Amino acid sequence: MIADHFPALQIVIPLLCAPVCMLVRHKDWSWSVALIASWASLAISWELLLQVQASGVISYKLGNWAPPFGIEYRIDLINAFVLLIVSAIGAVVIPFARESVRHEFGLNRVYFFYTSYLLCLAGLLGVTITGDAFNLFVFLEISSLSSYVLIALGRNRRALVAAFQYLVMGTIGATFIVIGIGLLYAETGTLNMADLAKRLAAEPTSRTIGAAFGFLVVGISLKLALFPLHLWLPNAYAYAPSMVSAFLAATATKVAVYVLLRFLFTIFDVELSFGEMPLDTILLVLSVIAMFAASAVAIYQNNLKRMLAYSSIAQIGYMVLGISFANVNGLMACILHLFNHALMKGGMFLALGCIFYRISSVRLDSMAGMGRRMPLTAAAFLIGGLGLIGVPLTVGFISKWYLVLGAIDRGWWPVAVLILLSSLLAVVYVWRVVEVMYMRPVPDDAPEIEEVPPSMLIPTWILIGASVYFAIDTELTVGVANQAANFLLGNGR
Amino acid sequence: MQSHIAVGLYNYWIVVFLMMAGFYIVVAQGNFIKKIVGLNVFQASVFLLYITLGKVRDGTAPIIGEGIQIYSNPLPHVLILTAIVVGVATTALGLALVVRINEAYGSIEEDEIHKQDSES
Repeated sequence: MIADHFPALQIVIPLLCAPVCMLVRHKDWSWSVALIASWASLAISWELLLQVQASGVISYKLGNWAPPFGIEYRIDLINAFVLLIVSAIGAVVIPFARESVRHEFGLNRVYFFYTSYLLCLAGLLGVTITGDAFNLFVFLEISSLSSYVLIALGRNRRALVAAFQYLVMGTIGATFIVIGIGLLYAETGTLNMADLAKRLAAEPTSRTIGAAFGFLVVGISLKLALFPLHLWLPNAYAYAPSMVSAFLAATATKVAVYVLLRFLFTIFDVELSFGEMPLDTILLVLSVIAMFAASAVAIYQNNLKRMLAYSSIAQIGYMVLGISFANVNGLMACILHLFNHALMKGGMFLALGCIFYRISSVRLDSMAGMGRRMPLTAAAFLIGGLGLIGVPLTVGFISKWYLVLGAIDRGWWPVAVLILLSSLLAVVYVWRVVEVMYMRPVPDDAPEIEEVPPSMLIPTWILIGASVYFAIDTELTVGVANQAANFLLGNGR
Repeated sequence: MQSHIAVGLYNYWIVVFLMMAGFYIVVAQGNFIKKIVGLNVFQASVFLLYITLGKVRDGTAPIIGEGIQIYSNPLPHVLILTAIVVGVATTALGLALVVRINEAYGSIEEDEIHKQDSES
């Protein structure tokens, strides 16, 4: 039956549609192919999540080769949830892309864009779904290579340098991950994640395993832009095309956080990651610095996309902080924030994309009176900003709530205070924009502009609307996060 | 069999040397082409690491045949074939970006490009 092959189709559909996009060449046709592929991915990932919730872990044997020798796609609650996040963001931004991409590129290059977008989507979904460590590296490189291309398509020539820098740092990160996987293979003789976990648990921690652990953690931290390995991120997000910033900010780093969770909790176990290795202290210190330093830098940015990029680094700090607690509430905060931050940041980047579509600038000084000139877009940006601060009735509040609970469970009171203090920095950088958008008068020489077309406004509001909806109806997100956190910590096995 | 052990370890020393040399070039050089060369050296060290892992002492190629008892592990070799392909793709994309950077800035030196960016 076709439903049995959903795990494979999740990857195969976007992967095969990418060359189709390339071949049809026509801008509307290639857009339609991308639209169909990303919506099909969303439908499949939703179905997979329901299946996992109903009947537990799905194991799919690729080409019917039995694991651990063949490649296995293994879907449990946590990666089903991440699959849903990635494909949902993909499905929402692609209608937005049509107008935005037409505006930002020359018409003749549009199909290249959709091709790389689909490859990137396939790569990100592949990283998430696979149960094989080396396969994970291959998909990671598919998604990274296509995201370098997507970033380089930005209009400003700085996009090229940003993409090049990302390429260099991303490749170093990926190579570190391969070294780690190679050392694990040398020690255990297997690449299947479930098998790796079993064999690693059976033997004492050797120096090889320790080295593999170090290489993997550093490599993945580069990919997820953990302070101080974040240097590639601000320029890459600031100069990429609007739709690419929204898509990558909402998915790429989230998938890397998922990979970190997968390695720390499933492959290595908690005792190794946080008992024998002092990783909780390291992650705690780095993520707290990220929360403060990146938020402080965000305050001084004039380019709003760059400001949001720095804010992303701070928000990734919150997720990693949740991991460092290594308890149920901390992991719940991390998983919830994966989802919540994807909604808020995706929505805010899309709102900036709308503004860029009309005034061709994302600089703070050109935002004067935007609250009256483009009321709906500005309101979307404002609500997203409230979410970043963590105001009640936005999703940001939910994740920070669990994060503070996690800190208290762990007995780290000062950290709970630091979480609240760093939120104040978010108040400052969001307020700066709100002040310019709503308090300053519209400049006299500003041309009359209208709101953007509905095909751009609706996706923006879907993400922002969802970021309010999931703050009120938390049943799905908190339920899944709770089960996933227990699963990762081995309580639910 | 002292010599065998020494030969076995030689490979790993070369891996470490290439890895550090490549990494140093990536970090220290401001020229984008040289950075890519450094990246290639860095990746080549990992290829060598995997290939060395798969080698079994006195082992032959993994072919079924008469009198073949010990053979090398083919899996790491196959894995690294994939990694080589990924490395080639990365190099190609990196070089393409350098060409575009050169068209846009008229330079491929990091310092020069930063100078132009801070002026504009």
